[in-house]
Amino acid sequence: MIKLENVTKRYGDKLVVDGLSLEVAEGEVCVLIGPSGCGKTTTLRMINRLVEPTSGRITVGDRDVRSAAPEELRRGLGYAIQSVGLFPHLTVAANIMTVPRLLGWERSRMRARVDELLTLVGLAPDAYATKYPRHLSGGEAQRVGVARALAADPPVLLMDEPFGAVDPLNRERLQGEFARIQRDLRKTVVFVTHDVDEAIRLADRIAVMKDGRLRQYDTPERLLDHPADKFVHDFMGADRALKRLGRVRVDTVMNTAVPRIDRSGGGAALTSPASCAVERFAYVVDAAGVMEGWSDCREPESSESPGSGVTLIDWREATVRPDDSLKEALSHMLELGFRRIAVTDDSGHLLGDVSLAEVEAALTGGDSHVATSPAGGLDR
Amino acid sequence: MKRRWAGVAAVALGATAFGYLVSREDWWAVALHWLFPSLPVVLFSSATLAELVIQHLQIVLTSSAFTIALGIPLGIWVTRESGRDFRELVSATADLAQTFPPIAVLALVLPALGFGPAPAIVALSLYGLFPVVSGTVAGIDAVPRAVLEAARGMGMGPWEILRRVELPLAARVIMGGVRTSVIINIGTATVAAAAGAGGLGSPIISGINTQNGALLLEGAAAAAMLAVLADAALDRAEELLTPSSQ
Repeated sequence: MIKLENVTKRYGDKLVVDGLSLEVAEGEVCVLIGPSGCGKTTTLRMINRLVEPTSGRITVGDRDVRSAAPEELRRGLGYAIQSVGLFPHLTVAANIMTVPRLLGWERSRMRARVDELLTLVGLAPDAYATKYPRHLSGGEAQRVGVARALAADPPVLLMDEPFGAVDPLNRERLQGEFARIQRDLRKTVVFVTHDVDEAIRLADRIAVMKDGRLRQYDTPERLLDHPADKFVHDFMGADRALKRLGRVRVDTVMNTAVPRIDRSGGGAALTSPASCAVERFAYVVDAAGVMEGWSDCREPESSESPGSGVTLIDWREATVRPDDSLKEALSHMLELGFRRIAVTDDSGHLLGDVSLAEVEAALTGGDSHVATSPAGGLDR
Repeated sequence: MKRRWAGVAAVALGATAFGYLVSREDWWAVALHWLFPSLPVVLFSSATLAELVIQHLQIVLTSSAFTIALGIPLGIWVTRESGRDFRELVSATADLAQTFPPIAVLALVLPALGFGPAPAIVALSLYGLFPVVSGTVAGIDAVPRAVLEAARGMGMGPWEILRRVELPLAARVIMGGVRTSVIINIGTATVAAAAGAGGLGSPIISGINTQNGALLLEGAAAAAMLAVLADAALDRAEELLTPSSQ
């Protein structure tokens, strides 16, 4: 879909990008990463001709980017940047409509598109469409920036550290949402970042750059397991085992057949010997299936107060979502001191759980060098 | 929105009151006679006050129109790629010209154009140019780089960026420059009478020549009222032209 052939960019004597060749397949996320000054942003900006290459050839969907006026090219390539650059004098809706308006869409079509996009990025259209950018938080502004980049439904999305300016918590949330949106839309994405964890989480393939040259272009797994040289090895960092876990989504490994007790049946159900016979432990849900806690059958049950073996929790704090990574799940388990953690949807419905066994399996699944520790070490 | 139009209504009311006031020369005569009981003549005789105000407005509006029509494009040009080299020159000239007394500008233009409204309009247009140019440059310079980067990256052409992004965002600062320019112009236009252009400078100069304080006050008070009114009107205009988000 996007092909860079021997692309070089020179500013005077300074070689910023040096003979770079790179191919991004349709529907893939290619993350350009490297230390600052490695040429990753310049490379991105050459794709939409904000920077003109000194030599080499760039094609998008078999068309040389130089075959049309730069403005026309850019309207077909979504563009989102770290500083967002929302137009402060226009409402959120007008900001999102920028490219559709340039393309001459009809008003009703633009209006419908704004609602669709705001919903997609998780902002209520009624509340946000008429707001001005100065009324948005950093995370909301980034979401609008992404919606604006997607407005005319371009097949290609160019993103320059789009989540770089938000706090770590919001960044993880935005990354998760981006991953979810990308699963549905299957855009061809070129994404610049200097955050290795972000790259590993979002990329289908990562291009590691240094001094204007491509050092390795591979899947995150291959980069972690078979770095091409010492630079790539060091750049990917020491905690490679944890980073691998960042690649695995909870819903791909979770156990869906978990023991559960419907608490709406009354206290009696909690002590049902049947559920204790199978597992010493079962999740407790309400009539709607919303996670309420768990029951530990080993705990002595006093006849005066049935259900005393039940631990009630707030699902928002002690569970993970299906599109969280195993890294996040493990982090939660360590924090809470549990060997397993429940998976719920956004409204708390119990979907299943993941345990340390799945984490270990994920680590040993590939041809990882990571030694697995004996099980049970993390039990409380 | 309601408050904005209330402001416009207040200005319109002020303008009407001012118009009525200058049409009532009898009121002025009474007031000036009371202030200057010893003077036999208290009102300018060659033209009515209303005529002088209209002449004054004609000079101001014509020269300000030239100033704006020249100053804003000039300011835009020096912020473009093509005009960037001239930017230093234009800013330096702006600084220099603002330190120049207006009467000196008039004196310089007079030999070239002779007496009448023409030299006055030329002098005033040039004199008022610089607040407009520097306001335009400052306003466009203040547009955040990220906004321009996003605009370019989304495929806006130079013209669209200027019209949809730069000018709307710079509107307030540009209008500030225009306002300064017009207010300076109203005051400075009294000097135009020295070149025979008429306007509220005529009774002032006549009053100075004949040592008649009443004539001087007639022109000066009307010019001052006009300046205050114009300031309020431009303030409203600035608000109406500025995007609501700012």
